Amino acid sequence: MWGFLKRPVVVTADINLSLVALTGMGLLSRLWRLTYPRAVVFDEVYYGQYISFYMKQIFFLDDSGPPFGHMVLALGGYLGGFDGNFLWNRIGAEYSSNVPVWSLRLLPALAGALSVPMAYQIVLELHFSHCAAMGAALLTLIENALITQSRLMLLESVLIFFNLLAVLSYLKFFNCQKHSPFSLSWWFWLTLTGVACSCAVGIKYMGVFTYVLVLGVAAVHAWHLIGDQTLSNVCVFCHLLARAVALLVIPVVLYLLFFYVHLILVFRSGPHDQIMSSAFQASLEGGLARITQGQPLEVAFGSQVTLRNVFGKPVPCWLHSHQDTYPMIYENGRGSSHQQQVTCYPFKDVNNWWIVKDPRRHQLVVSSPPRPVRHGDMVQLVHGMTTRSLNTHDVAAPLSPHSQEVSCYIDYNISMPAQNLWRLEIVNRGSDTDVWKTILSEVRFVHVNTSAVLKLSGAHLPDWGYRQLEIVGEKLSRGYHGSTVWNVEEHRYGASQEQRERERELHSPAQVDVTRNLSFMARFSELQWRMLALRSDDSEHKYSSSPLEWVTLDTNIAYWLHPRTSAQIHLLGNIVIWVSGSLALAIYALLSLWYLLRRRRNVHDLPQDAWLRWVLAGALCAGGWAVNYLPFFLMEKTLFLYHYLPALTFQILLLPVVLQHISDHLCRSQLQRSVFSALVVAWYSSACHVSNTLRPLTYGDKSLSPHELKALRWKDSWDILIRKH
Amino acid sequence: MPPATGGGLAESELRPRRGRCGPQAARAAGRDVAAEAVARSPKRPAWGSRRFEAAGWWALLALVTLLSFATRFHRLDEPPHICWREVQRTEESSPKGFSSFCLFFSPQMLIGLAGYLSGYDGTFLFQKPGDKYEHHSYMGMRGFCAFLGSWLVPFAYLTVLDLSKSLSAALLTAALLTFDTGCLTLSQYILLDPILMFFIMAAMLSMVKYNSCADRPFSAPWWFWLSLTGVSLAGALGVKFVGLFIILQVGLNTIADLWYLFGDLSLSLVTVGKHLTARVLCLIVLPLALYTATFAVHFMVLSKSGPGDGFFSSAFQARLSGNNLHNASIPEHLAYGSVITVKNLRMAIGYLHSHRHLYPEGIGARQQQVTTYLHKDYNNLWIIKKHNTNSDPLDPSFPVEFVRHGDIIRLEHKETSRNLHSHYHEAPMTRKHYQVTGYGINGTGDSNDFWRIEVVNRKFGNRIKVLRSRIRFIHLVTGCVLGSSGKVLPKWGWEQLEVTCTPYLKETLNSIWNVEDHINPKLPNISLDVLQPSFPEILLESHMVMIRGNSGLKPKDNEFTSKPWHWPINYQGLRFSGVNDTDFRVYLLGNPVVWWLNLLSIALYLLSGSIIAVAMQRGARLPAEVAGLSQVLLRGGGQVLLGWTLHYFPFFLMGRVLYFHHYFPAMLFSSMLTGILWDTLLRLCAWGLASWPLARGIHVAGILSLLLGTAYSFYLFHPLAYGMVGPLAQDPQSPMAGLRWLDSWDF
Repeated sequence: MWGFLKRPVVVTADINLSLVALTGMGLLSRLWRLTYPRAVVFDEVYYGQYISFYMKQIFFLDDSGPPFGHMVLALGGYLGGFDGNFLWNRIGAEYSSNVPVWSLRLLPALAGALSVPMAYQIVLELHFSHCAAMGAALLTLIENALITQSRLMLLESVLIFFNLLAVLSYLKFFNCQKHSPFSLSWWFWLTLTGVACSCAVGIKYMGVFTYVLVLGVAAVHAWHLIGDQTLSNVCVFCHLLARAVALLVIPVVLYLLFFYVHLILVFRSGPHDQIMSSAFQASLEGGLARITQGQPLEVAFGSQVTLRNVFGKPVPCWLHSHQDTYPMIYENGRGSSHQQQVTCYPFKDVNNWWIVKDPRRHQLVVSSPPRPVRHGDMVQLVHGMTTRSLNTHDVAAPLSPHSQEVSCYIDYNISMPAQNLWRLEIVNRGSDTDVWKTILSEVRFVHVNTSAVLKLSGAHLPDWGYRQLEIVGEKLSRGYHGSTVWNVEEHRYGASQEQRERERELHSPAQVDVTRNLSFMARFSELQWRMLALRSDDSEHKYSSSPLEWVTLDTNIAYWLHPRTSAQIHLLGNIVIWVSGSLALAIYALLSLWYLLRRRRNVHDLPQDAWLRWVLAGALCAGGWAVNYLPFFLMEKTLFLYHYLPALTFQILLLPVVLQHISDHLCRSQLQRSVFSALVVAWYSSACHVSNTLRPLTYGDKSLSPHELKALRWKDSWDILIRKH
Repeated sequence: MPPATGGGLAESELRPRRGRCGPQAARAAGRDVAAEAVARSPKRPAWGSRRFEAAGWWALLALVTLLSFATRFHRLDEPPHICWREVQRTEESSPKGFSSFCLFFSPQMLIGLAGYLSGYDGTFLFQKPGDKYEHHSYMGMRGFCAFLGSWLVPFAYLTVLDLSKSLSAALLTAALLTFDTGCLTLSQYILLDPILMFFIMAAMLSMVKYNSCADRPFSAPWWFWLSLTGVSLAGALGVKFVGLFIILQVGLNTIADLWYLFGDLSLSLVTVGKHLTARVLCLIVLPLALYTATFAVHFMVLSKSGPGDGFFSSAFQARLSGNNLHNASIPEHLAYGSVITVKNLRMAIGYLHSHRHLYPEGIGARQQQVTTYLHKDYNNLWIIKKHNTNSDPLDPSFPVEFVRHGDIIRLEHKETSRNLHSHYHEAPMTRKHYQVTGYGINGTGDSNDFWRIEVVNRKFGNRIKVLRSRIRFIHLVTGCVLGSSGKVLPKWGWEQLEVTCTPYLKETLNSIWNVEDHINPKLPNISLDVLQPSFPEILLESHMVMIRGNSGLKPKDNEFTSKPWHWPINYQGLRFSGVNDTDFRVYLLGNPVVWWLNLLSIALYLLSGSIIAVAMQRGARLPAEVAGLSQVLLRGGGQVLLGWTLHYFPFFLMGRVLYFHHYFPAMLFSSMLTGILWDTLLRLCAWGLASWPLARGIHVAGILSLLLGTAYSFYLFHPLAYGMVGPLAQDPQSPMAGLRWLDSWDF
C-alpha cells in the first residue's frame, strides 16, 4: 500500500512518433481551409435539410439510412450553434452567415483524418512490418477521393472511420485472446468492436456489410475455439457468451438507442407527418396532436368521424364523397349505378366527415349517455354533407371490374334497393367486446348483404372522379391487408344545436393523451418499417454510375463549381492507387489459389505463421473489399462513385500487405529485393505526383485555365467542367 | 382408396433394405425387421435368399411408382376447361405455334409434340381460363405432364435411399410426396412445373448415384450417371431459368468432389486431371451442346414469322420467313420523304409508335401520345421530312435528297400527320425526363418539332444506312435525347412503353434507334441478306428477350401473387379453377400436414445438426452406431438442405412477380430432408433407449404413424386437388368444412 514510498512513481510513455506524425498530416490534409468553399456542395444540400430539421426538432423521415448518421452531422451544427435557418434547395448556393460551416464539416473531416493512423494500426495488428503499415497510412493520406469526401458535410468518411475502427478493435481483441483472455483490454476491444459495428450500421445501412464480415471472421475464430480441447466446456461457453453479448446484443441495443434518441430529439410535427399513421402523428407535438387533443376516445352512435386508410398508398387519404354521381356509361361501355361517388381524397376536406348511425334509429346525434360502438355492431355510415349513406351492391367498380362499386345511395325508384348496412370489425381488438376507439382502433367495414370489404384500390379515377382514388367493395378478402383497414382520425360527438349546449353542460369529452398509449417500440417499428418500405422512384442522375465503372475509375462526380471562375471540386480518385489496388487484389487472389492448391498436395511454400497472417489479412482486407463492393451488383437503386469508397479503403489496406509478401517470399535474392524496393518507391512517388496534380480538383482552391483542365481529363469518360467563354 | 394405400405402405415397410450399409446399420435394420416380422406378419416365409431380397426391393419400388402414377392419373380429365396458366402454355404449344415465333422453347415443343401425337389439332383458340375444351383432345398433353410428374416420387425415393441407406426414410419421403395435394395438383395440368421438377429430380438422383459410384471411377455406371446428370441439367435449364439452381448445386458438389480428389495424395496429378476432364465433358460440354442443339431445333421448327416478332431486333427478324424483312430488299440510304419504322436498339423495347389518343389531363400537355410498341402496326410508320419545308418530297420533280448525319429533321406520324414533339413538361413516368408528344396539324407544328439526327460514332455529313446505322435523335430546343425508359404506361397508354426525351446525354441503348422498314419508291432496293446474324448472336438475343420478358411479367387483374415467406408455411394457395360455390373448384395448396411437418423438420434438422457438429468439434467420442447415423444426417441431410436453400432463398432477391408454385422444387428437397431426419432421429431414439424393452418398436411405430398420418391427411384434403363442388368451406354444410385451418386459404 505504501509502495510509492519505497519506489518512485514512474510514468513511462511510449510515443510512436510516426503515428503522431501520421495523425498530424491527416489532420492537416483534411482540415486545411475547411470552410472553403462557403457554398452548398453536392449532397450537402441533402443532408443539410435534415440537420435543419434536427436543429428545429421537427420530425422527418429519411429512407437513406438510420438516424445516427444525421445525428453526427447535427452534432456539428449543435456545437457551432446553428439555428437551422437555411434554405437547402440548390447546390452551389452561398451559405448565409448564420451557418457554422467549419463546425458542420468538422466531424466528417476528423473522421477522415483519423482513418490515416488507423490504417497504420490495422496493418501493424495484422503482424506486417512497420514499413508496410506506413505505406497503408500514406496511401490513405494521399488518396484524393477520400480527401474530397472527408472535407465536406457527407457521411462516407464517418462510415469508413467506424468500419476501420470495427476491424482494428477486432484485431486487437483477437491478439489479446492469445495471451490474456478476459483481461480488461480484452473486454474493452471486444465491446468496442460491437459498438463500432453498430455505429457503422447506424450511419448508413451499408455498414451492415462490414458488420457481417466481422461476424463471419469472429464465427470462424469461435469455431476454432470450440475445437480447442485444452479449454474446459465452461470456459468455451463463457467465451461464446461474451462474444454473443458483445457482437450481437450490444449492437442491437445501440441501434435501438439511436432511434430512441432520434425520437426524443425530433418531437415536433413537420412536413413528413402525412406518411405516418394517425397514432404516430398524434404522438408528435403540434400537427395532428393539436386537433385530436380533447377528442372523445370512444366512437359512439351519432359520432362524426373522418376515416383514414391505414395502408396510405399511393397517398394517405380519407374516405370521401361528394355531390357528383358515377357516369351512366363508362368509356369502355360498361354501365354504372349512377349513384353518388365515393372516393378517397388525400386532403382534409369538409366532405370527409361521416356520421356513424345506428340502423335501428333515425337520429344522427349522440344520445346521452353515448352508446359506444363495439366490434361486430351493425352500422350505417352517413355522409355528413349530403346525408346519403354508404352503399355497395353487385355493380362492377369503375376501374376494378372484379370488385363491387361503392356509392352513396340514391333512390332512383328502380329495382336497386339500398344495401347500406355494414358490420364493424376491429382488427386489433383485445377481446370481442372491444369499443371502437379514435385513432387507436384499426377497423374493417364488412358489407352485410354481400360480405364485401370496404377497400382502397389504389387506382386514380378519371376526370369525372376528379382524379381522386377509387374505393371498392372487395369480395374476396384475404387476411389482413392495410388497404381494407381504416382508422378514425378526427372525431366529435354529433349534436343538434340545442343538444350541443346540453352536451357542454353534461359531457365534457374525456381527455385522452394518445402519446402515452404509443410505446417506444411501437413507434420504432413503425418508423423503421416506413423507412425500409419507402421507395424513391427516380433512378437516374447525371453523375450516377454502375459498379463496373468504379474499379477502373471510369467516372467522376462534379461536386461544385465556383460561380465565376473555373475553380471546381470533383470526386475523383488517385488513378495510380485505384489501379494498383485492383491489381494487388488480383495478385492476392491468384497467389492464394496457387498456395491453396499446393498445400492440398502437401507442398507448403509458406511457413505456418506467415500463411496464417496472409489468410487473416486477406479475409479482412480482400473480404472487406468484396462485401462492400459486390452487393451493389444486386441493388436497383441509383449508385454513385462514393459508394465505392469503403471498398476502396479496404483495397488500400491490402496493397502494402501484398507488396511486403512479394518482397519477403517471392524475391529470392537480396538484389531482387533491392530492385523491388526501388520500384515500390518509384511507384509511390508517382502516386504522390498524381495526387498533387489532381489537388486543384480535390480542394477546389485554384482556378485552372481551360487548357490545364483539358490536360487533366485523362479519361474520356471523366466529366470536367470547362467554361466556354 | 387412401386408407388402403396407407396400409399397403405400412406392410411394405417390413421388407428388408438393400444397399451398401455399414455393419452397424445393417445389424440395426436386421433387428427392426426381425422384430417386425415377429410382431406383425409371422406367416411371412424366411427371407434369407438374396434373390428374394432383390425382388422385394424391386416390388417396393414398383409399388411406390404405381401409387404415384395412380394418384396423378386419377380424374385427370377434370375439369374439361383451361385452368390458370394453361392458357399461356397451350397457346404456345399449339401446332399453330410451330409456325409462329414464340419466346419459350423446348418444353413447349415437348408438350406440343405430345399434343400433336394425341391428335390435338391446334385449332382451339386458347383465350382465357374457364374456356371449355369441348371436343378438342387435351388429354394427351395433360397425360404427358402427369407422366413426368409421377416420376418425381420414385426419383425422390431412390435419392433418399441412396443418401440414407435406409428404406424407411425413402418410404417416408415417397409417402410425403405422393400424398401432397400440391405436387399432385401441379402435375395434373399443362404446366411447365412438372417438367422442370422432373429434370431437377433426375439431376439430383443421378448426381447422388455417381457420388456413390465414386469408389469405382471410370466404370460404366459411373460414366452413365455422370452423363445422365449432364443431360438432366440441360433439360432443367431448358425448361425454366429456375433450373440454374440445380446446376449450382451440382457445380458445388463437383467442386467439393474434385477438391477431395485433389487432396488425395495417392492419386497422381494425371488421374486428377482425368477426373476433371470427365466432369468438364459431362457436366459442362454435354449440357451446353444439348441446350444449344434444342435451341437450334427450335429455330428450325419455328422459322415462320408471327405476332412476337417485334420483340426481336431487325437483324433477327430477317431470318424468319414470312416476316417482311425476310429476303427483303429495301433502299439502303435514308432519304427525305421515306416512310420508315424506327426501332429501339435495346431488346424488347419496340418501335416508336403514336396513336390517336391524348395524354390524360394532369400528365404533361394534353397532346397525342407517343409510345413504343412491340408489335408491327400501321401506327409505327413515320415520314422523315425536312424541318423547314412542308412540300411533298416524293413529288417526282424534286431530286432525291439523302438524310445526312447532323441534319435537322422532322418526323411526321403517317396515320395522324402529327409531328414528333417534345417540350419542358415532365414525362409521365420518369419525372426527370421531358415528355414526348405528337403535335401539329397536317405536319405544321412549331420549333419544338425539330430533331437533329446523329449517327453514333460517325462523322458529320455521312448518309444514314437503313438497319445498320445506330442513330440518335437530339431535340433541338431542349438538347435532350429521344429514348424509351422501358417503363410500362398505365391503362390510359394501353400498357405500351413510355417514350421520353432524356436530358442525360450518356450513351445507353435506350436512346439509340435504328431504321427498320424503309419505303421510298424513288430509290433502288438492295438485298438484306448481309444482315443474317450468326447462331451465337441469335442465341444471345433470344435469351436477352426472354430474361427481359420474364422480369416484365405483371400480375393480371384479380390475380394474387405471393411473397416468398408465405410459401413454406403454406400461407395461401392458388386458385386453379372455379370461384363460386357452383363451380368445379381446384385449389393449389400443399397438404398442410406434410408442409408443416417439413417446416418443423427443417428447424429440427438445424438444431440436431448443430448439436452433432459442435459435439464432434469438441472431440466427443461417439459410439460407432451414432457416428454412422450422424454421418448420414450431416452428409446426406446437408446435401438435401443445400438443395432446399438454393431453390428457395434466391427468390427473396428476385424483383419479378412470384407465385406459390415457385416453391415446389424447394418443397421436394424439403420432403427428402424430412424423410432422412425422422428416420435418423427415430433410430437415435431407439438406440438411446435400448435398455427399455419396447425401444426397438419406437422406430417402426414412429415411421408407421408418420406414414398413416400423412395418408389420412391426404384423405381429408384430396378434394383440393381432385376438385370440389358445393358450398365454400366457411359454410358448415360444405364437405371441406372445418378444414379451412387458416383464414387465408379460400376454397
